[in-house]
Amino acid sequence: MRELEWAYPLRWDEVKEVSTDVLILGGGIAGCWAAIAAAKKGLKTILVEKGATIRSGAGGSGCDHWESAATNPCSRVTPEELTMAMIKDHNGYNNGISHYIECREGYDRLLDLERMGGKIRDTENEFVGAEFRDEKTQFLFSYDYENRFTLRVWGTTFKPALYKECKRLGVEIYDRVMATSLITDVNKQQTKVLGATGVNGRTGQFFVFKSKATILCMARPTRIWLFSLGLPGISEFRPLQCMGDGHAMAWKAGVEFTMMEKSLRGQWSGERSYPPYGTGNTHNTWYACSMVDADGKEIPWIDRDGNILKSVSQRYRPSPGQKFFLKGGGESEFPLYEYQGPDTLPIENLLQNGYKLPFYADLPSMPLHERNVIWNVMVAQEGKSRIPIFQRYKEAGFNPEKDLLQSYGEGWTSASFLPRERQLFGIPGGIVNDWNLKTNLEGLYAAGDQLFASDCNGHAAATGYYAGRHAADYAIQTSQSNLNDQQVEFERRRVKSLTNKSEGIGWKEFNLAITRIMQNYCGEIKSRELLNIGLKLLENLETIEVPKLYVRNPHELIRSLEVINILINAKLIINSCLVRKASSKHLHFIRSDYPEMDPIEWHKFITVKLENNKNNKVKVGALPIDYYSSLKENYEIYNEDYIKKRII
Amino acid sequence: MEKKIYVDQGSRIVNPIHFDQNFCTGCNRCVEACQVDVFIPNPERKKTPIVLYPTECWYCGCCVMECPNPNAIRLNPPLMNQIYWKRK
Repeated sequence: MRELEWAYPLRWDEVKEVSTDVLILGGGIAGCWAAIAAAKKGLKTILVEKGATIRSGAGGSGCDHWESAATNPCSRVTPEELTMAMIKDHNGYNNGISHYIECREGYDRLLDLERMGGKIRDTENEFVGAEFRDEKTQFLFSYDYENRFTLRVWGTTFKPALYKECKRLGVEIYDRVMATSLITDVNKQQTKVLGATGVNGRTGQFFVFKSKATILCMARPTRIWLFSLGLPGISEFRPLQCMGDGHAMAWKAGVEFTMMEKSLRGQWSGERSYPPYGTGNTHNTWYACSMVDADGKEIPWIDRDGNILKSVSQRYRPSPGQKFFLKGGGESEFPLYEYQGPDTLPIENLLQNGYKLPFYADLPSMPLHERNVIWNVMVAQEGKSRIPIFQRYKEAGFNPEKDLLQSYGEGWTSASFLPRERQLFGIPGGIVNDWNLKTNLEGLYAAGDQLFASDCNGHAAATGYYAGRHAADYAIQTSQSNLNDQQVEFERRRVKSLTNKSEGIGWKEFNLAITRIMQNYCGEIKSRELLNIGLKLLENLETIEVPKLYVRNPHELIRSLEVINILINAKLIINSCLVRKASSKHLHFIRSDYPEMDPIEWHKFITVKLENNKNNKVKVGALPIDYYSSLKENYEIYNEDYIKKRII
Repeated sequence: MEKKIYVDQGSRIVNPIHFDQNFCTGCNRCVEACQVDVFIPNPERKKTPIVLYPTECWYCGCCVMECPNPNAIRLNPPLMNQIYWKRK
């Protein structure tokens, strides 16, 4: 036992108040892009980040490919075609607005990144002559080599470049500050967001941020069903502290959500899993690596019609008569024939036909350029793979030219989870947005993983920048309002109350209790009875156990505030599950009391929000499945200025 | 709220970060780059940072990527995650 004094000055009783035009909560990919857009409009911009903006967020450590760059000069699909494909592939349960923004502007952000110092081209000419390279632009493409809308990128360079750009533009960055609540004005007909509160995870100092416009750019909820007591840091795919603070504070403030009833059986990470991208597989980073069985027999690849593909090159091409395909195997869990890409034979089929476990990724047999681009670009540049996989495997003797890497999960996963071990993955639920990426509250915008049906780095970047410029336009024509002191004081006391106990329960025990309740009562098969018991147990935790949460320093204060937010998110999920009274294949939603799958009258977005801050009444609404209406026309109506500038 | 905190270095479940005292200059760039905030700076100046919350590590390796000296810091993924490979 070694006694150490806390490393930072303690400022528990200090309150710092700051004002800004645009306030951005969350300094990941979406948050940095939002800050850049707002600051470029000449507005005072504050960025609040719980971790360290230089590397924070799910995309902070890297990114290997940039999806949906439909406006790059080599693309053979239009933004409209690609967005509609993504919508149809999910049977309509997708965010038409945000994904159209991604398809329309994602490539612009990539060019911006290059100007900031990010690497997006094969400037060293390592892949000259490769069939995935465009010789003129030096771009490297992945997946569909004929239609060329997904680029391979050197994403470990991105986050530091974004951070530097934020600093250059004068964005005021508050690192190590957790946003704890939205400050609202509920006196008017419509709730208006006036700013946010925060607390520093090193000093305990409390912050009040006053703003004209606020943008939520935090992570999607995690640690709802999955939590590792021993290794909490790898409970989920995303970092420990990316767990959905933004969803919780938005819910409390009356923001409208949709698709929160959707959850998938765990696929990635968690204590059960090997590191993502670190095992032999055929998808995503590793698309389309050859596989062999235990005896070295090659595993066949097939096209969407089941025809065996004879060459590696064919794995990167649409089937005869197909215009283009989405990723490999399809984008959703239930790929539509129209967009279904090549894949290996299903595992059941392979085992029946005598293929022996374990399977291995066979990089040595891949053509030279394909092997090098998978290992030296994709694995080396993807999030949390450069050091733990690319570097450490090499040090341990792994040679991509000679070694077979074992596969552990089915296909592209790196583990096998139980049906009740669920995650928000594969375009999960989130905040409802309009064509400004505004929420239902005045002055409040959302981007990246806060939006419903979000996914990757390109989506976060494109929606972040878009929300930043629309929030800035709003801030320009609005004035600062006075804050409700009572509301701020209430929040300060709530945060402080966790710090004045000398014993109690810790945040890990609390998190584990939530995941147990959710696995038992909101697992794969749901019903009104189960969900209601789950909700009641969560409410008991909230009233009886939250007051017992005990912290010893500001770091533990953050962890405890997080688990309270996880509890709120769990309640939001159960409430959403209760109100969809039908099962749905694409929402991975099974109600034993409403077993009919996808009845037509339920083919719509069900929305939920808290009626106001005073009671817990959930207001249920619905939006047509195509509420975003015509993509191109609407986009052009809302973005005249941007389109004009882009042409110049 | 107490001013002292206690680090029990004997009961670590995992040891995700190893510093080499011969190369680490105690610049604390890793401390500032870690989004999970698993480190604290060493109270002694120019000494290696302390991994105060090892079990919270996400194993992203950003501390290694930000380190100005590649020999000073090493990421150790959890032992249970050792992957098998074989020569073809």
